[in-house]
Amino acid sequence: MQLEAIDIGFGYKKNSWIFRHVHMSVSRGEIVGLVGPSGAGKTTLGKILSGYEKPSEGLVRLNGSPLPSKGYHPVQLVFQHPEKAVNPKWRMKEILHEGWNPDDELLERLGIEKDWLRRWPNELSGGELQRFCVARALGPSTQFLIADEMTTMLDSITQAQIWQVVLDMAQKRNMGILVISHEAHLLNRICSRIIDISQV
Amino acid sequence: MISINKRQKTVVISTITTVILLAILVIGLLISNDRIVTNLDSRNLPPSLSHPFGTDWLGRDMLIRTLKGMSMSIGVGLIAAASSVMIAVSLGIMAATLGRVVDGIISWLVDLFLSVPHLVMLILISFVLGGGMKGVVIGLALTHWPSLTRVIRAEVMQLQCAEYVQTSRRLGKSQWFIAVKHTLPHLVPQFLVGLFLLFPHAILHEAAITFLGMGLSPHQPAIGIILSESMRYLSTGMWWLALFPGLCLLLVVRAFDLLGEVLRSFVDPYRANE
Amino acid sequence: MSTLEIHDLSISFTKYSKGLRQETTQVIHNLNVSINKGEIVAVVGSSGSGKSLLAHAILGILPGNASVKGRIVYDGQELTEQRKAELRGTEIVIVPQSVKFLDPLMKIGSQVQTSVRKGNAAVAQKKIFEKYKLKPLVEKLFPFQLSGGMARRVLLSMAVVSEANVVIADEPTPGLDADVIKEAEISFRELADNGSAVMLITHDIEFALKTADKIAVFYAGTTVEVAPVSDFSGKGENLRHPYTKALWRALPQNEFIPIKGSQPLANHLPKGCPFAPRCENATLDCLKEMPEEKMLRGGMVRCLYAT
Repeated sequence: MQLEAIDIGFGYKKNSWIFRHVHMSVSRGEIVGLVGPSGAGKTTLGKILSGYEKPSEGLVRLNGSPLPSKGYHPVQLVFQHPEKAVNPKWRMKEILHEGWNPDDELLERLGIEKDWLRRWPNELSGGELQRFCVARALGPSTQFLIADEMTTMLDSITQAQIWQVVLDMAQKRNMGILVISHEAHLLNRICSRIIDISQV
Repeated sequence: MISINKRQKTVVISTITTVILLAILVIGLLISNDRIVTNLDSRNLPPSLSHPFGTDWLGRDMLIRTLKGMSMSIGVGLIAAASSVMIAVSLGIMAATLGRVVDGIISWLVDLFLSVPHLVMLILISFVLGGGMKGVVIGLALTHWPSLTRVIRAEVMQLQCAEYVQTSRRLGKSQWFIAVKHTLPHLVPQFLVGLFLLFPHAILHEAAITFLGMGLSPHQPAIGIILSESMRYLSTGMWWLALFPGLCLLLVVRAFDLLGEVLRSFVDPYRANE
Repeated sequence: MSTLEIHDLSISFTKYSKGLRQETTQVIHNLNVSINKGEIVAVVGSSGSGKSLLAHAILGILPGNASVKGRIVYDGQELTEQRKAELRGTEIVIVPQSVKFLDPLMKIGSQVQTSVRKGNAAVAQKKIFEKYKLKPLVEKLFPFQLSGGMARRVLLSMAVVSEANVVIADEPTPGLDADVIKEAEISFRELADNGSAVMLITHDIEFALKTADKIAVFYAGTTVEVAPVSDFSGKGENLRHPYTKALWRALPQNEFIPIKGSQPLANHLPKGCPFAPRCENATLDCLKEMPEEKMLRGGMVRCLYAT
């Protein structure tokens, strides 16, 4: 049971590669860090693994078969900037329930106040919005989570709050997590191993 | 002194303008053609209380002719602007979603239409279709879509790349769901603003080609006809034939322009909270 | 004397709530901060808590629906809107959050050169580019062509070459690699050593602690504590406010334990201490009114029970 990148390369133009020959895998229940200099394609790799982008070469396999192209995607991605990941014309409640209906306990643990549900995204700050994006991505069919600088813009309390919930859920559901981050302390705290994109 | 905020002012302005425009439209439709029959007893009268806009060389009341003309113009403008917006929205969405070939063709069409002056294109189309009401309306509809198409195309393309739209797809939502729930709400303001800003263009162009004699036929009470006829009598000192209808045209066009502007500032997030 | 002093600053916004009704929301309440020549003060708080507005208020670039109360004093004289406009970009500069603040049609090289006030602009620009590992090629690029990290370095270099008296950096770190952050720390220190007063607005405590002299902790629109950097150590025993302690303990290199709940929204603030609903030690007195600022062990705190 694992998410694998096999000999993946990506470039927008021919012969101008952002990266090539990337091999890596994350098993279910495993928490892996992904580091590398900025511009090395960490975000792109995250998008490829979660089906947002197609690799220019190589393939991604989930439990031995290709990523599904329809339906709820088993690999979910949480972006760095939640402001862009929510539709400004939807109320928070609709946004939260787009994929599944999280229970009250999860909302409480994430520090989401009931009152926020009837608000518009522009009434909440990035930290508050990110809690919604995390809740949205943790649907029952999520097998892997890609956290692309998920808590980089947040204060330490919110960061710890979100990670506590995510790690707990990962353990309960045997979920695999790829943590893309610059923060060494965070990676050392939560990951069982760390991959450097420039060395795979 | 009652202080009103910008939004309230906006609502007041738009209500007043809408009422005026609707009144012109309705009055024009309600007045029967009997009111503008030839009445040779009262020919060429300057403005007075019984004929505020004066009368023409056949003794017809100019106020009533103007009202009928304006209401006709508003009607024609409405149909033309609405069809243009429809064309623009369909082409814009097609260009943004159906791949590079379609996009290429539509963008080429937009460039083509934008590179030929509006009026020339309009005259050509209207002429080919044999002029008259049908020619003018189709001509107007076919010439006013290109710039709005560009706007819609860009908007849809941007929305397609938005992170929340992409996420929606990974949450298992269908293309249809995304189009209706994510894309459409963002396009509604563009439709409305586009509609209102196209309107004055359509009316002016209608008046212009009718004035040039290539639009509506002379027996219809169009504003362009009134203006072109009046030209022949101007030199004899009958200034009221051109002045009042001209002013009315200006007023109506300005009213629509104002509505469009007001609507735009309402919709524009950077100006909405002032 | 402080280069920049902010007294009792309050900022509120008028917005449309429902349909035609307007509603005023106060985003910053009675905030006090001062920065001396040669000093770096970091304003630390969670993102979206209104920290950036502080910078915008000092520069006089708040949007039209904002109203500002309180006093901002620069160099002994009150900063009026007119004076802000005169000094903005020359004596008071900002390192903005993104390249959106740059002129989109001007090449990067020339933009950086326009910030240079003394000496040869081209030379200064080349020197700073070398220091920040920006290739000479970058000079000829337009702002939209820069990658995230590159953009940050460019923005930073503009502030450094300006040698302004007051430098305000708004979230300078996200997206930077460890070695560029290191470089940024050094540059801010150099700026201060050359006599600038530097204000860092950030959510990144780690960076703030490495770079600043004093930390002003921002919560729900006001500063709840101002503490020297040295107080952030161990289990946070020397810290004054329970929020600061929680912030310190939640760091991944410390205990990584969060407290419950979330910061109240600006238009939903409790009447008393804004932190009271999340505070273990809160009493009925805390709910009555916002605690006054008090000086304590060389710092400031807004808490009735701080010792």
